[in-house]
Amino acid sequence: MSKLYEKLRDQLNQEKGVAMATVVRGIEHVGAKILVFPGKRTDGTLGNAALDARVIEDADHAIWHGEADTHTYTIEGSTGTETYDVFIEGFPPPPTLVIVGAGHIAIPLTTFAKTLNYRVEVIDARAAFATRERFPHADELIVEWPDEVLERMDLNPSTSVAVLTHDPKFDEPTLKVVLSRQVGYVGAIGSRKTGEERNERLKKQGLTDEQISHIHGPIGLNIGATSPEEMALAIMAEIVAARHGKDRTAASSWKK
Amino acid sequence: MRDVLTDIERWRERGERVAVATVVSMAGSATRRPGAKLAVSETGELAGSVSGGCVEPAVVETAMEVIENGKPQMLEFGITEEENIEQIGLACGGTIHVFVERLDW
Repeated sequence: MSKLYEKLRDQLNQEKGVAMATVVRGIEHVGAKILVFPGKRTDGTLGNAALDARVIEDADHAIWHGEADTHTYTIEGSTGTETYDVFIEGFPPPPTLVIVGAGHIAIPLTTFAKTLNYRVEVIDARAAFATRERFPHADELIVEWPDEVLERMDLNPSTSVAVLTHDPKFDEPTLKVVLSRQVGYVGAIGSRKTGEERNERLKKQGLTDEQISHIHGPIGLNIGATSPEEMALAIMAEIVAARHGKDRTAASSWKK
Repeated sequence: MRDVLTDIERWRERGERVAVATVVSMAGSATRRPGAKLAVSETGELAGSVSGGCVEPAVVETAMEVIENGKPQMLEFGITEEENIEQIGLACGGTIHVFVERLDW
């Protein structure tokens, strides 16, 4: 007994993503559980393979988005058509913000992200920029080529990446690595024109239009930001909006 | 879940049985969202909450039954604004469903 509970507990303590689904209403199996881990690895069963299969899909989404809700499923069971209410609860790993480029916007961005309980990692190949004096609150300061660091990192849908280097020799290799993974957000600094030129170059290097379309650029919501602090706020707001599934239009509408 | 883990672990170490109550759905302006949890030990210690305090006594009573018989239960609480003012006097509202189960999984 308590096997699933202990696995859930360990996964939460290790800050890894997990989702738990429980049958809360149905003609049988009430209380049955399944745990879903990243990559759709599972443990336990809701008592019916067809139900498990459908729940795993929704639970896999919940791992990264942190939803907690009751879903209703109708399946063909041993007694004919059966309806089950399943409570699915996702526990995403804590959100991480990777800032590439330790310039003047990165400093207030680190402060905002820490306030919002993000883990913050700042990467810059230039040792003079990525210093503890400039970034007292960063969880990690890494002086190395950003694409090499990112290549080694566990990038997942709880990860946001803000590319703030202003320098194609850093930001293009960085974007190539990031766009080949499933991250929650990727934004790159630069004007509309700079962005278009960068996208053309990325396309020539083999990235698809679909991959390139994931770049938020010009980075940040349009709040009329001028100072580094305001730009950091615009970027942070966009990251939060992306985390909650709001695109640019939705972020400025209060309808839903 | 994270907010009740430490207490659950402490109770389990003492060999106590535990029930977990979870808000599984809400309608209207309920104070706690789906996923909110109240954990109850068999000696009546509590961790977490499923409302602003207004339905906890009923949930604890059910949790005690569930610890004994192992049978999960679904509770529904609907609180209208008038009832709230007249009977309960707490900042509750809306309707919530609370699933109560023994931690034996």
